Amino acid sequence: MALLSKKDSNLILDPLADNNPITIQVLGICSALAITAELKASLVMAISVIFVMGIGNIVISLLRNVIPSKIRIIAQLIVVATLVIVVDQVLKAFAYELSKTLSVFVGLIITNCIIMGRFEAFALGNGVWRSFLDGIGNALGYGVILVIIGFFRELLGSGTLFGIPVLGDPIAKTGLYSIGYENNGFMIIPPAALIVVGIIIWVQRTRNKALIEEA
Amino acid sequence: MGLKEKLHQTKLKYQGKKMAPAFNAIHTFLYSPNETTHSGGHIRSVDDLKRTMNTVIMALVPCLLFGMFNAGYQHYSAINGFPENFSVMEHFITWDNFWLGAITILPLVIVSYGVGLAIEFVFAVIKGHEVEEGYLVTGMLVPLIVPVDTPLWMLAIAVAFGVVIGKEVFGGTGMNILNPALTIRAFLFFAYPTWMSGDKVWVHGAVERAGTADAISGETILGYLAQGNSDFSYSLSDMFFGFIPGSVGETSTFLILLGGLFLVFTKIASWRIMLSAVLGSLAMGLIFNGVVEAGWIPEYSKFYGLMSFEYWQHLLVGGLAFGIVYMATDPVTGSQTNKGKWIYGFLIGFMSVMIRVFNPGYPEGVFLAILLLNVFAPTIDHYVVRGNVKRRMKRLKNATILPKVTGEVEELKTETV
Repeated sequence: MALLSKKDSNLILDPLADNNPITIQVLGICSALAITAELKASLVMAISVIFVMGIGNIVISLLRNVIPSKIRIIAQLIVVATLVIVVDQVLKAFAYELSKTLSVFVGLIITNCIIMGRFEAFALGNGVWRSFLDGIGNALGYGVILVIIGFFRELLGSGTLFGIPVLGDPIAKTGLYSIGYENNGFMIIPPAALIVVGIIIWVQRTRNKALIEEA
Repeated sequence: MGLKEKLHQTKLKYQGKKMAPAFNAIHTFLYSPNETTHSGGHIRSVDDLKRTMNTVIMALVPCLLFGMFNAGYQHYSAINGFPENFSVMEHFITWDNFWLGAITILPLVIVSYGVGLAIEFVFAVIKGHEVEEGYLVTGMLVPLIVPVDTPLWMLAIAVAFGVVIGKEVFGGTGMNILNPALTIRAFLFFAYPTWMSGDKVWVHGAVERAGTADAISGETILGYLAQGNSDFSYSLSDMFFGFIPGSVGETSTFLILLGGLFLVFTKIASWRIMLSAVLGSLAMGLIFNGVVEAGWIPEYSKFYGLMSFEYWQHLLVGGLAFGIVYMATDPVTGSQTNKGKWIYGFLIGFMSVMIRVFNPGYPEGVFLAILLLNVFAPTIDHYVVRGNVKRRMKRLKNATILPKVTGEVEELKTETV
């Protein structure tokens, strides 16, 4: 017996590609622009969102019959805010430098449209297990794009990956730098992330024509 | 059988094939095609897109040649000292100067055209439409607006970025919202700022010699002023004729002026944009001069040098004149309505000088001002058109339609509406 049924596994796999929160639904762009200059920050952000969405979807799904529909947004905000504070405190305790890099954007996970979107669209109407899978799937889809953007931005902008120099030393002029290569300062600034996202969307839609909307 | 006939016949072979657009581009570049349209009435005229583009290139060639001489002149002057009793024929138009300029600048031109046209051809073949001529001018503008010593691989990356992200993703020539040449320059500026500003890049060889005993430097006038200095060694005629350091083709205001007149005379570029941009820059310059004269700004302020710079001299230094004549007048990215052109041009001049004075990192704002106004051009046009509609509606409402009482009134009304 497979671990997940076909229907359940689609909950995880769909958001990774054909229904990706960033490249298809174009949600959660702000944080994708702001914190992807380094791969490490992107990865931590991705993990934080996976945690918040997985647990959040479980909680909302458990409470879905208790929350009065008129105040459901407030209830959702409280759940997500609680989880975000947990993440923020953990980061401050165990990865202080990183939490400074991410700065306000950990707190802004609360306003990440993907999270509220999944609470509204899925967790309020589905069982706990399926909600959990949906949360993990969407957060993974978000995280994958973040890591891809972070990879290219850090590699081209700083010549490092996870802070480790991979192209040589720009000051001592070793590796690629010895033949005149230089880091691309444009990749460090947020607009570059927008262009990288655009190129990912472009590549994705070229590979899968079904994603192209009717003009 | 001449080459022309041969091409006409090879064309038949390519018809309907994947590579047809690439072949047709070369064919129509060399000769006018041998087929005519089969239906409808057509006016036969020679001023197609290629002719328009070639006219602009003709206006740019003097700037390119001057840039080559100037590259050599600045290089040798930085090493040997500026000649006393400067004479153009003796010190400027020399074989040495030209040769040095040619071997440093021609590679820039070749890389710019090579990379840009290659991408245009690839996209045309993939999309299956004809190769568009838009890159002909961009390819010539790009080497003229970068410093002499820009590394070729940087230029290649920037050109690829500018053509793909600045133009092809929007649908190719005629659909872009930003001027591709300026997109390329903006990319270079933000990606490799050390190669696009400072006092080392404007003279050939200065970067290599930095830190050695033979070090030379050549700062642009704007760079010098931005550091708070207010006197410089160049005379007004140096600035006007262009014997100053700067990007390859932007230094000679005199030749740019001639090129601009040529473009206005051939009706390729809009004189409204050029004139209003000049007025805009003068206005901003006057405001700054006024601020200095009123004593509102202390002499130790870092803006003092540029603010006290004579207002009309802004047009003689840096890329302002070049930008106004060749970039702001781009018919695709500029405003289309006549009134819009006045507003668009004026704001370009106004913003250019403002960014020049207030930009702490780099005392040149022309490319940023033009890119900004490129984005706003459609908005300007929109409001100009709306304003026109409103005015005419008002006129219609107040119009008395004669004769008043007869049965024809109804008919007349419907006609006017």
